[in-house]
Amino acid sequence: MSDSKTDVVIQNLLKRAAPGRSEFEDLVIVPLFAIVAALVLGALVMLATSVEPATIAKSYLALLQGSVGSLNAISETLTAATPLILAGLGLALGFRAGLFNIGAEGQILMGGMAAVITGFSFPGLPIYVLLPLCLLSGALAGAFYAGIAGWLRAATGAHEVISTIMLNLIAYRLIDYMLRLPFVQRPGRNDPISKSVPDHAELPRLLDWIDPNLRVHGGIFLALAAVFVVYWLLFKTKIGFEFRASGASPDAARFAGMRSGLTIVLAMASAGALAGLAGTVQVLGVLDRVTPGFSAGIGFDAIAVALLGRSHPFGVLLAGLLFGGLEAGGRQMQVDAGVSIDLIGIIQALIIVFIAAPMLVRAIFPWGFRKPETVRGK
Amino acid sequence: MAMTNQTTPSSTSMPDLGKQKHARIAGGVLIALAMLVAFVFGAGTEGSAVFRLSRPTDALVLPDLSVPAMQFNLVVAALLAFLGVRQFLRGGVRWSSLSLGIGLALVVVAFLVWATAGKAFSLTGMLQATMVRAVPIALGGLAGVLCERVAVVNIAIEGMLLAGAFAGALVGSILGGVAGLAAAVVVGGLFGFFLAALVVTYRMDQIIAGVVINLFVLGFTSYVSSQVFQEYRSLNNAPVFRAIKIPILGDIPVIGPMLFYQNIFVYGALIMVAVATYYLFYTRSGLRARAVGEHPRAADTLGIDVYRTRFINVTLGGMVAGFGGAWFTLGSVGRFDENMTGGRGYIGLAAMIFGRWHPVGALMAALVFGFADSMQQKLALLQTPIPSEFLAMAPYIATIVVVAGFIGRARAPAADGQPYIKE
Repeated sequence: MSDSKTDVVIQNLLKRAAPGRSEFEDLVIVPLFAIVAALVLGALVMLATSVEPATIAKSYLALLQGSVGSLNAISETLTAATPLILAGLGLALGFRAGLFNIGAEGQILMGGMAAVITGFSFPGLPIYVLLPLCLLSGALAGAFYAGIAGWLRAATGAHEVISTIMLNLIAYRLIDYMLRLPFVQRPGRNDPISKSVPDHAELPRLLDWIDPNLRVHGGIFLALAAVFVVYWLLFKTKIGFEFRASGASPDAARFAGMRSGLTIVLAMASAGALAGLAGTVQVLGVLDRVTPGFSAGIGFDAIAVALLGRSHPFGVLLAGLLFGGLEAGGRQMQVDAGVSIDLIGIIQALIIVFIAAPMLVRAIFPWGFRKPETVRGK
Repeated sequence: MAMTNQTTPSSTSMPDLGKQKHARIAGGVLIALAMLVAFVFGAGTEGSAVFRLSRPTDALVLPDLSVPAMQFNLVVAALLAFLGVRQFLRGGVRWSSLSLGIGLALVVVAFLVWATAGKAFSLTGMLQATMVRAVPIALGGLAGVLCERVAVVNIAIEGMLLAGAFAGALVGSILGGVAGLAAAVVVGGLFGFFLAALVVTYRMDQIIAGVVINLFVLGFTSYVSSQVFQEYRSLNNAPVFRAIKIPILGDIPVIGPMLFYQNIFVYGALIMVAVATYYLFYTRSGLRARAVGEHPRAADTLGIDVYRTRFINVTLGGMVAGFGGAWFTLGSVGRFDENMTGGRGYIGLAAMIFGRWHPVGALMAALVFGFADSMQQKLALLQTPIPSEFLAMAPYIATIVVVAGFIGRARAPAADGQPYIKE
């Protein structure tokens, strides 16, 4: 019986990562206060590291300008948000099915790698064949890689937290190795770097007719479509119901006749497909080749995005845009005010703290809420 | 955290089927390993593998151990095949875990012999490095044990290690090594307290809280090292604790240098594991802590202050992790680099689960990681035909295999991850 008990424990744990609906206050007022509080604390951190108050004001202005202040800023925000939304959706899907997938990073790497290999292997194909083929191979590679962890969980009970962490670490080395293979490595280079994909395998830039520096690419539509597909999958289909049911109560789902092993593998694989797509759009839309560690921590940021979006597709969309904006704005901040972009990491973390702990926000800003003493989160 | 087979309903209805399947998988894996050892490491390998058991400077010098590679590995393959076939036909869960464990150990030995064939290899040096590399993982795992025994999931080990490393470097540079170490412990404890406050008082989701602490610490330490350390290099130049040789014990061949000729972090880790084991399993407050982890409501009914217990233990866990973090700076290079823990905290988490929420288990698991890590480093010098990336992967693959094969019975504290709301 202990097994079912521990199952219930982790399911409860994950359920709280994915609460169903929250009230207006939690959805709108808490995040607003959270952002304000995080920015204030960020300013304090800057003060503590002897940054001039004038520079602080300048850096926050740059943060705003860099994220939404111009066409270029919006383009950068969307570019940074695209992979975050895709990978975040994948993780959210896993959370809903009761799986804590830390492996987006590895799935991103494998997806991107597969897409690049497909891209430069078939340069003769026309764009309307090659591009979908690249996207498909990226998604499949991610699905396969995540599927390993899912299958291990279903067949042997190996915990997905451990196996996905290990698969991440394996993926880093595997990419290093593959990038030195003769048919992958760019000719004439000694460092691990892959060949580039042909131009017509790249996701089209959307705004380069205005300014060739605008990097936003077709991947954003893919991300938007994925939001709706995941929403539809989770809330309108039988398999989505099975995901959520086995996430909410694995025992009940099992006794209702759902094939829990299959559900786990499918949920992991679809999460991996989305993360693989995140890697794919990154290489086909932005980088055009693979380098070691091109995932750049997107897989870990995506955990935060999924949690912040409360594992709801639309929440993930908003959280991904917020994080994309912070990323893009952070770069501007570094350029304009000379404040390191690492500050963004602090602000991101603080925003999540405040959003994930509504009680804390209520304690700090008691006047902002109608019923400050209401106990919630139960 | 459930480790069990999802396809078999929990324990009661079809236990035998699951066990049999489990045993079959273990048997299959063992037979595959036997083939690998026989055909890759055994057949055609020439020469003897020489293992140096002591260095010329040691007080007690042992002769080198010389093993004829092919013959030895064929014997190992036969043993593996025997274990595998037996497992496949007879089954039994307890035996399959044990056989798998023995089997993997045999494969590692066979691999070492194969890689060393015709060359010489310092076993002492590798074991010493094993211990050193196991330290942060063991301390991270121990921190995890302390937290999860009171039902607080600690994903933040990584962040606590990093915070300890940072504080150790900064304070160590200004006030010296001992003060740096103290600062690392205090900062680790602060983050433990902070985690406890978030999850106990503010009932934040434990995993979110952990992820957030990791993000925050990574952001903060990277920020300070790029914003401040770049300019003031003297703030990031701490003294390093040297190895101290314990008289007599340090002269024991092979294991002497591994256990008794190390810096204070190794001794500290061993002592902390012992103390934590005693505390958790042989004292009154340890019993209370575990009760809080298993059934907080019952513990509360008996008059144990659940919140206080959680605060204390999570803070203690943070202090242990902070000490472990100082290893990265004060125990090795004396300098803080961005993200220098490089995922060791997550491996510590794996070591905790691997070690079944027991301090000694976590230490053992950490030693396995440390062993794989140092083996991979030393093997790079031996120039085996295997690409170094695959050697680096080996510990992680082994973890997956072991977790899939072994951990069937591991069981987390019952209330793990749940907030407790006092009525």
